[in-house]
Amino acid sequence: MTRSLNTPAELYGRMRLIREFEETALRLVKSGDIVGGIHPYIGEEAVAVGVCAALADDDLITSTHRGHGHVLAKGADPARMLAELAGRTTGLNAGRGGSMHAADVGLGILGANAIVGAAAPIAAGAAWASQRARSGRVVVTFFGDGGLNQGVLLETMNLASLWKLPVIFVCENNGYATTMPISTGLAGSAVARAQGFGIPGETVDGMDAVDIRSAAAAAVERARAGAGPSFLECLTYRFGPHHTMEQRIRLSYRPAEEVERWRLRDPLVIQAARITPQEREEADARAAAILAAAREFALASPHPDPADALDYLYASGMRGRGGEG
Amino acid sequence: MAKLSYAKALNRALRDELTRDESVCVLGEDVGAGMAQLTLGLQAQFGPGRVMDTPISEQAFTSLATGAALCGMRPVIEFQIPSLLFLVLEQIANQAHKFPLMTGGQVAVPVTYVVPGSGSREGWAGQHSDHPYSIYAHVGVTTVVPAMPSDAYGLLVSAIRSDDPTVVFAPAGAMGVREDVTRDLVPVPIGRARIHRAGTDVTCVAVGHLVHEALAAAGELAGEVSVEVFDPRTVYPFDWPALADSLERTGRLVVMDDSNRSCGLAGEVLASAAEGMRLIAPPARVTRPDGSVLPFALGLDRAVQPARAALVSAIRSVMK
Repeated sequence: MTRSLNTPAELYGRMRLIREFEETALRLVKSGDIVGGIHPYIGEEAVAVGVCAALADDDLITSTHRGHGHVLAKGADPARMLAELAGRTTGLNAGRGGSMHAADVGLGILGANAIVGAAAPIAAGAAWASQRARSGRVVVTFFGDGGLNQGVLLETMNLASLWKLPVIFVCENNGYATTMPISTGLAGSAVARAQGFGIPGETVDGMDAVDIRSAAAAAVERARAGAGPSFLECLTYRFGPHHTMEQRIRLSYRPAEEVERWRLRDPLVIQAARITPQEREEADARAAAILAAAREFALASPHPDPADALDYLYASGMRGRGGEG
Repeated sequence: MAKLSYAKALNRALRDELTRDESVCVLGEDVGAGMAQLTLGLQAQFGPGRVMDTPISEQAFTSLATGAALCGMRPVIEFQIPSLLFLVLEQIANQAHKFPLMTGGQVAVPVTYVVPGSGSREGWAGQHSDHPYSIYAHVGVTTVVPAMPSDAYGLLVSAIRSDDPTVVFAPAGAMGVREDVTRDLVPVPIGRARIHRAGTDVTCVAVGHLVHEALAAAGELAGEVSVEVFDPRTVYPFDWPALADSLERTGRLVVMDDSNRSCGLAGEVLASAAEGMRLIAPPARVTRPDGSVLPFALGLDRAVQPARAALVSAIRSVMK
């Protein structure tokens, strides 16, 4: 798969790939091949793709519990990603991380993180290392509107601004922290919080990959120039559930009209309008083929041996005692 | 022969590692001034870029160190107050510690967390006096609690060189200890115990500053009971083979542990000995009471700490 995300067709193609990935994953959750469920990214694809389109290959990202889009946008192999979700040895994390911890450090993906807001200081630390090494690498930390209420994220914005770290705070504001509407969870505004720390902040249309790419490119340029962090609030919406558990438990916390209204602003449709029908058909076919092969690869891959359950626990190779006898 | 103080030993270890390895750096509150003694003089020598003062944002700078470690650095974090290890349990136990496994071995997180002045700090009351090494051992984070200056030096060096996150507790009760140093200071391997005094009747396992209490108790009992003073030095991973060896000689066990009784290290040592080591008498432990919070008034603070008199009684009781 190409990691290039330059042309309108490439932007569309990567978003389509993420959509196709999520739809495949949803089926595998239903069939029981993916245990534990997923937090689908459908509806938010433009954010991951628009931001990652502004990054160089050796730049870094941290991701969230709803992280498949970020990981794929940064270039992870969909087959190994799907194998990870299915808990197979061929997965990105050898089946040890699953949906919420997918990482590919070689591609600059420092991992999805299952604690809201917790990856921001990790991203800042990577940015600090980059600054010290004068490597020019910038780091993006993705988080949701819920993350804005985590103290550690606010602490991190302060440090990043003080130390002019090359880190970009990307807030995917999908309007809900799980089921809590942002109007009941956020005092003030997201951008004003960043500005309070002296970090320039901007709100962009989170359904338009091109707009997001432009805003992210400006933030990347600023970070590379040594001018410090930026904050992007991307207004977006998840078309599906918070988590696939909602397939079993019907929850009612969003008006149906609201969901329908946002669905009219599907980021794939917006981007498709910028390419030819032929480009679109080719991209759709390619994504479908990639995911068909990924599904086959994942499901044919071996399950880890239970005897190896605590492999990788210590980088130093230390082994603790067993739990039996 | 030079007398080496515990605080000086930590400072020297950090200086040596900063000199040896460019990727080592220090983060913490007031480390530039060297308020906790650990970093005295280091910012002047290595510059503010490597010995870096942080705002009071423990959670952020703890995970910032994780991120830096993922990118090849070896940060050392100083926490001025032992109870801050409760505040950053998420960042250490749930982030740094879990990264290697969760990523399927893609990363290492070589961060060292040092608490100069852990445990009771007389007069500092509940929120500045705690000793949560059993919690970190339970989680599975490498945890060392040196008692002697030479071990403080050697274990801090090993912690910094370890590829895994490691917590170094430097007990307030040991920070004033001085030791005659007759040979070069060297790294001390993690996970290896040290027997300070050989004995044949009772093995007394003591942790951190309590090693000095155990040595004093063994002295008091000399002629009556032959006490072997066993200092694990590392509480996780614990040196079980060395303990088994010691119990082969003595067959009796008393543990002195500055943890609350329930689910503390002493309970683990007793259980492990009972499961598979030689015991000819029921073992005993001297710990803080269940669920202790250290009260302010000096007499009350001391009343909940493991005391030498209680250790002496416990040793006598296992001899009956």
